[in-house]
Amino acid sequence: MTLNGKGVSVTTLVEPQQKIDPSPSQMMDWYRQMVLIRAFEMRCAQSYQQQKIGGFCHLYVGQEAVAVGSIAAVRPTDYVITAYRDHGHAIARGMDIHPLFAELYGKKTGCSHGKGGSMHFFDAKKNFFGGHAIVGAHIPLATGLGWAAKYRKEDRVVLCYFGDGAMNQGSFHEALNLAGLFKLPIIFMVENNGYGMGTHLHRASAVTDLKLRTGDAYGIPGKDVDGMDCVAMYRMTMAAAEYCRKGNGSIFLDVKTYRYRGHSMSDPQKYRTKEEVAQYQEHDPIGRLEKQLKDSHILDDKKVTQISDEIHAQVEAAHEQADADAYPDTADVWSDIYANTFGDYKA
Amino acid sequence: MPEIQMREALNQAMCEEMQRDPDVFLIGEEVAEYDGAYKVSQGMLAKFGPMRVVDAPISESGFAGLGVGAAMVGMRPIIEFMTFSFSLVAFDQVVNNAPKIRHMSGGQLKVPIVFRGISGPGQQLGATHSWTVDALYTHVPGLKVVCPTTAYDAKGLLKTAIRDDDPVIFLENESMYGLRGEVPEKEYLLPFGKADIKREGSDCTVVAWGHCCLTALAAADKLHKEHGIEVEVIDPRTLRPLDMPAIMASVQKTGYCVTVEEGYPQCGVGAEIAAQLQENSFDYLDNSVIRVAAMDVPMPYSKPLLQHVLPGVERVADAIKKAIYFQG
Repeated sequence: MTLNGKGVSVTTLVEPQQKIDPSPSQMMDWYRQMVLIRAFEMRCAQSYQQQKIGGFCHLYVGQEAVAVGSIAAVRPTDYVITAYRDHGHAIARGMDIHPLFAELYGKKTGCSHGKGGSMHFFDAKKNFFGGHAIVGAHIPLATGLGWAAKYRKEDRVVLCYFGDGAMNQGSFHEALNLAGLFKLPIIFMVENNGYGMGTHLHRASAVTDLKLRTGDAYGIPGKDVDGMDCVAMYRMTMAAAEYCRKGNGSIFLDVKTYRYRGHSMSDPQKYRTKEEVAQYQEHDPIGRLEKQLKDSHILDDKKVTQISDEIHAQVEAAHEQADADAYPDTADVWSDIYANTFGDYKA
Repeated sequence: MPEIQMREALNQAMCEEMQRDPDVFLIGEEVAEYDGAYKVSQGMLAKFGPMRVVDAPISESGFAGLGVGAAMVGMRPIIEFMTFSFSLVAFDQVVNNAPKIRHMSGGQLKVPIVFRGISGPGQQLGATHSWTVDALYTHVPGLKVVCPTTAYDAKGLLKTAIRDDDPVIFLENESMYGLRGEVPEKEYLLPFGKADIKREGSDCTVVAWGHCCLTALAAADKLHKEHGIEVEVIDPRTLRPLDMPAIMASVQKTGYCVTVEEGYPQCGVGAEIAAQLQENSFDYLDNSVIRVAAMDVPMPYSKPLLQHVLPGVERVADAIKKAIYFQG
């Protein structure tokens, strides 16, 4: 079995040195979060087909362990920023799913008042700074978040996610150089699902062991981590955050993961086989944690069904509420643009 | 009132705001140890230290983005572009991230950042280094665009820009850094969106800002001396917001209007002013609005060619005469 299609073997994955054992209640919480993300995304797929969601919609199905395990390892005061496949991170960061559905449906009650859509979820109160759609463009923003924390001598780290495709953008390299130069407290996390849209990593990256692209180049050491394993994600991110908090600068994590769905909802997926997808699904992050919990007698089939039913009901209720919500007034196009307003622009 | 250079006025504005607010910092190429490529930040490293006056690598997209990220959490970065021609390397950060994050977050975040530096064709630097970016950035909702003409305006407007809660493009001019002007010792701020009448007159309105405002004033003096023509020179000072009421009031008085800019004519700031005038003050215009702009070509290197391409005093004076049907 290989991860990343034609890439890295599971056996080469490096485990973090530090062993931190999560409690049963933490693991149950992660399990619920992952089930919630998947149920949310499956409802999104349906809503997209029903044309309730417009624009581009990139589903997180298969990658749930990455956001859930890593966000569990940082503090509410830490900064989180990600790219356009942002639903999972938003939910893992604790955003309520109703304003997320409402945002997807373009409603006034959306987390960005219907101005942002699928790729631009934000929650400033939860230190969740988006949701950014231009590939790689948010990575320099992460250096700014890290700069602010360092400048103000605050005990914060930045968790910055991006895809393997973003690593070929200039903005990635400029940001990594600045982070290395200024020793900023940032965990750069590539969600390496093997494909930048329909182009496999080996057709896009001159060097496919991605941590080699930051270590010697920018003085930012890298680690591999199995992104299909929520507990591994948690442990590695804990170790990475500790590394940053100690003033060592940034760290890079090459997170091996896989998306079961297309790049976006409009992707016919001709670049990979059904067998490849099925192979990864055998190592499904939810199934894996479920097995661990069952083996530890924390979870049983009855409880699994109960959780699934509860979460699906929660998702349906949020979807229905968002679906029934009002669209913004057309006058609202003039708001949320300037903080110090003028002319037709409103606060 | 003391007379100081425009670069000193800008320096004073930054220093005063940095003393006032610890969240303000300056980052850019050569701003710290080199004391600024054009000496605008001279002495600031010694005064504020390397965390607040920060030498950035040649990495415009990187440090512009760093500024936007820091602004998202309430810092007030001043990003110095050695020239705004280099801001094009960071265009995505300036036109996508800075002005749209507030909007796309539904107003949850603000991005109080100033991008400042020189704009304009400068000194025979060839086409890529000679951008006048006024129109490029004025086009973008979410940005504010400032272009001062005098040392007094520069200081008051830069202080306002630093305190403003939105991204501000602050356009300076290399050839004007050494020009002296009266600047009060007492603190003052100048509002955005308020034009300044740089010269009163009744025969023709000329709208010009920054370096071109000086050209327009020279043309006005020439026409006054040679023909007794009284030109009113309006300096909008900020291009977004643009003080159209002041421009319209002047045009309603004079009946004629000429715009002057160093940028290109197509979709330029002058084109926008002309369009708004024909929409809002058509009945007051006794002739079409005439735009004077750089010629519609890449900036040439050769000095006589560059001078030919740029709007000079003669070209502006001729445009004014044409606008008012002067038969001299």
